Amino acid sequence: MSAPDVLSGPDGTGAPESRPGAGRRPRRPWPRPCRPRSRPRRRAARGGGATEPPVRHRVITVSLLTVAAVYFLTPVYWLVVSSTKSSSDLFGTFGFWFHDPHPLDYLHRVLSHDDGVYVRWFANSLMYAGAGALAATLLSAAAGYALATFRFPGREGIFNVILAGVLIPGTALALPLYLLFSEIGLADTYWAVLIPSAVSPFGVYLCRIYAAAAVPGSLLEAARIDGAGEARIFCTLGLRLMTPALVTVFLFQFVHIWNNFFLPLVMLSDSDLYPIQLGLTSWQGYADRQPELYQYTVGGAFLSVLPLMVLMGVLQRYWRTGLTEGSVKA
Amino acid sequence: MSGRPRRLTRTEARGARAASGFLLPFLALFLLCFVAPIGYALYESLLKVERTGPLGLGGDTQQVWAGLSNYAHALQDDRFTAGFGRVLLFGAVQIPVMIAFATGLALLLEAASARWVGFFRTAFFLPYGVPGVIASILWGFLYVPGISPLVETAHAAGWDVDFLGRGTVLWSIANIVTWQFTGYNMLVLIAQLKAVPGELYEAARIDGAGAWQVARHIKLPLIRPALVLTTVFSLIGTLQLFAEPKVLKPLSNSIDSGYTPNLAAYNEAFTSNNQHIAAAEAVLLALVACVLSFGFLRLVGQRGKDGEPG
Repeated sequence: MSAPDVLSGPDGTGAPESRPGAGRRPRRPWPRPCRPRSRPRRRAARGGGATEPPVRHRVITVSLLTVAAVYFLTPVYWLVVSSTKSSSDLFGTFGFWFHDPHPLDYLHRVLSHDDGVYVRWFANSLMYAGAGALAATLLSAAAGYALATFRFPGREGIFNVILAGVLIPGTALALPLYLLFSEIGLADTYWAVLIPSAVSPFGVYLCRIYAAAAVPGSLLEAARIDGAGEARIFCTLGLRLMTPALVTVFLFQFVHIWNNFFLPLVMLSDSDLYPIQLGLTSWQGYADRQPELYQYTVGGAFLSVLPLMVLMGVLQRYWRTGLTEGSVKA
Repeated sequence: MSGRPRRLTRTEARGARAASGFLLPFLALFLLCFVAPIGYALYESLLKVERTGPLGLGGDTQQVWAGLSNYAHALQDDRFTAGFGRVLLFGAVQIPVMIAFATGLALLLEAASARWVGFFRTAFFLPYGVPGVIASILWGFLYVPGISPLVETAHAAGWDVDFLGRGTVLWSIANIVTWQFTGYNMLVLIAQLKAVPGELYEAARIDGAGAWQVARHIKLPLIRPALVLTTVFSLIGTLQLFAEPKVLKPLSNSIDSGYTPNLAAYNEAFTSNNQHIAAAEAVLLALVACVLSFGFLRLVGQRGKDGEPG
């Protein structure tokens, strides 16, 4: 699953709190427990707390949510517990409870195994995801900006071709791309993963929608009359006005590249170039012969999940602020 | 957008010049990474390798025109077509279940005025941050007898489960995918729910509609676009199913080299070294993905109002 399917409407995305009365229920970061704006109005309408759901409903709701939370968190919990165990304890002791935990010791071994190859994989992943997402964001911004603010023949045609790219499975492209890259000598290099990662048709889609609403034509016209060149207008005005969309594109693309498995699997054979996922599967593949690799795989999985979990926490907070508005138009 | 009607042609000319500068970098890479591979796959899929030595053995090899024989070969390969059937069955069951699950959670979270809403939402969304490979390794450990506390507990309770058996492994994979993406889809739906004007709910409540009626008659119809979107992306994701069966393959005898179309194409290219058939299979996969997702969009587009993208 790749394409980030949410896109931003110009309102809400970046400055969720800046237009609290814009005819919608105000959106705000989640930790705030109640809804001070809408509730008093409701109370006023019905008198007293009459619209508060009855206790029975609340109990059912919370129980259902709890069951779901157990489902989603159990594997994570298992991973945390298991990352503190040795290989023999992984097999020999009950998986949902600790046994003789040595977390730092085992995690240290993960990091130092095979001359610290894990650290290298981690750095590779960061590089692919960071550089790829940055390039994809800038390219999408420029293309989306151009499609939104200039009139030229063939504009809709180009846009539709790019849109069709969203619907093509990435893995169907990866194989022929590998054949192509082998022909031109790019396979099994950093570029083999970086170049395809820098192309995000969905990013273009998002940037176009956003720019069309957030970059006023009159402002651009004024800048032109003042004698600013198109490149300068884009860099000083366009990019700044599109910032919320750009953050979204960057985060999505970062997660997408970080999670991508098929492309590096197809492209890379030199294990020094591996991203973390590929490295861990190679450990898992050898674990039959080298049992301590079981423990390294689990510990490595735990470490690799940590940063993304933090990112998810940030993302879901950021997203809730109405990022999908644009998708209504799709 | 810019310029007045009578200056349109000049604006257009200037627009085209300026726009091309912004568009070209993206378009060049788009050509290289999207258009060229499709063209190359089409081209490769129409060729085959022929040996020139006596009796067709040894000697030099050369590529010759193969017509559609690679496609015929792929479509006559029972394993490949069975793989397609398998992902279609998978999609027909897993996608509705996951979308219904996500919708249910989104509506529950919206309805709950509990303090814990933030915690629940984060908990549900967390698995999206776990890459497919890691999720598969993780659940793989939870499926394998001997290491899995789930299997251990079930056995202790006298229930003989086998998550990796012939009939069950597909649904074990479905569970991994559901685990990963339900929270993500839920968040997309929640964001759309937030876009529904609050007055609508209030009006319904004043008219005496209960929570269930509001959900059924107001919220569900209004989040239809998001439901369509999540379904289409799930469909594309399902057809590409690869990481999960690849990671679980060493653990289960029931997963063969052609378990999903993608796995088949991958093995054809890298295990059997037959890139021409692999190219044909990749083209077939892309074709089916496009037909299905466009077909679905048309199907729902006929029933609902459809806006121009942009």
